[in-house]
Amino acid sequence: MSAGAALAADLFAYALRLGDDALVLAQRLTEWSSRAPALEEDIALSNIALDLLGQARALLTYAGETEGAGRSEDDLAYLRSEREFTNCQLVEQPNGDFAVTMARQLFFSAYQLALYRRLAASADATLAGVAAKGVKEVAYHADHAGGWVVRLGDGTAESHRRMAAAVEQMWPFTHELFEADELTGRLAGAGVGVEPSELATEWEEHVEGVLSEATLQGPPQSGESAGWRPAGGRRGVHTEHLGYLLAEMQHLHRSHPGAQW
Amino acid sequence: MVSLGPVESAVREALAEVTDPELPVLTIEDLGVLRDVTVDQDGRVEVTITPTYSGCPAMDVIRGDVERVLAGHGWDNAVVRTVLSPAWTTGWMSDEGRRKLAEFGIAPPGPVAVDLVRCPRCGSAETRLVSRFGSTPCKALRACRRCLEPFEHFKPL
Repeated sequence: MSAGAALAADLFAYALRLGDDALVLAQRLTEWSSRAPALEEDIALSNIALDLLGQARALLTYAGETEGAGRSEDDLAYLRSEREFTNCQLVEQPNGDFAVTMARQLFFSAYQLALYRRLAASADATLAGVAAKGVKEVAYHADHAGGWVVRLGDGTAESHRRMAAAVEQMWPFTHELFEADELTGRLAGAGVGVEPSELATEWEEHVEGVLSEATLQGPPQSGESAGWRPAGGRRGVHTEHLGYLLAEMQHLHRSHPGAQW
Repeated sequence: MVSLGPVESAVREALAEVTDPELPVLTIEDLGVLRDVTVDQDGRVEVTITPTYSGCPAMDVIRGDVERVLAGHGWDNAVVRTVLSPAWTTGWMSDEGRRKLAEFGIAPPGPVAVDLVRCPRCGSAETRLVSRFGSTPCKALRACRRCLEPFEHFKPL
């Protein structure tokens, strides 16, 4: 394989990871549409989903271009099976109660914010463009989720208990966000990608700042989720929840190929 | 500033008919969504647009409207290209666009002070944020403490 072809293959895999993260979380968030606790929140969650969907569209379109096999954003979103999705496991976790949704959002948005800040300087013009476009949107997402984590954590005894439980439930899935592998190593070396481990410090400062204001603890020290570090999403290994999400997302497209609104 | 050829100017003039479907008082030029108009030596028109937000659903409509308006003026082979870089910010909105927004009852994005948002109805600076997210990705919900009216704010990006 020539150097150019090898870089294109890496770009395909990398754009797919970034795009799958955004797509799967967008799909999860739209499950709240018409079900959120207040009208303003319903609108907010749908807007966050829409931003993520826009990022996913740009990234999957670019993945298709770099692959060079003629696959469109829709082909990649609707015609891949579960093991071909390379999103992190955090974004596929079920919405749970509102506190779980907000913990997941804070953890992911803080990660995406640190990532996009760096990726905006990528040597790859398309990735840099998507990141520079998305970084301010993501800053709003992180603020929104952080505001709720503080309000619920530093709220009533019941809201505190549920917010603390949500942080504990989602925390194990954050470890995977910072795992490097050969792909990230090669792309970071080429100035195209970002080494995930570089994001950890900024992420921890961001998240711990919010949690401390929310009177919440960080990583669970004991209990069943302490020390549990699930991973594998980047290799296509997922929790049992992703299959159901994809079934709902892909059903119409697969049942009626070529259907248009 | 490169001076525009007569065809480019005519295309831009025609595109004044294309407004944002979610903010119908603003043309795509007012909004800063219209990035460029070029005409090659064969007379083929290329229009470059950029989204305000990554997922802005108005982009598909705007693309269709640009093609339709240009076809109506005889440029039926126009190509509409979407670019992300440099990223759109509220700095791309024209002063004329800001004035039209305020008249329409939507608080425009301020050039500097992010926290000072005046009520578009009574002009009071005593307003509060209701939600960072509104009816479209580009707007937040606010309310005026003086006249008590809720209003939308085109949020700075």
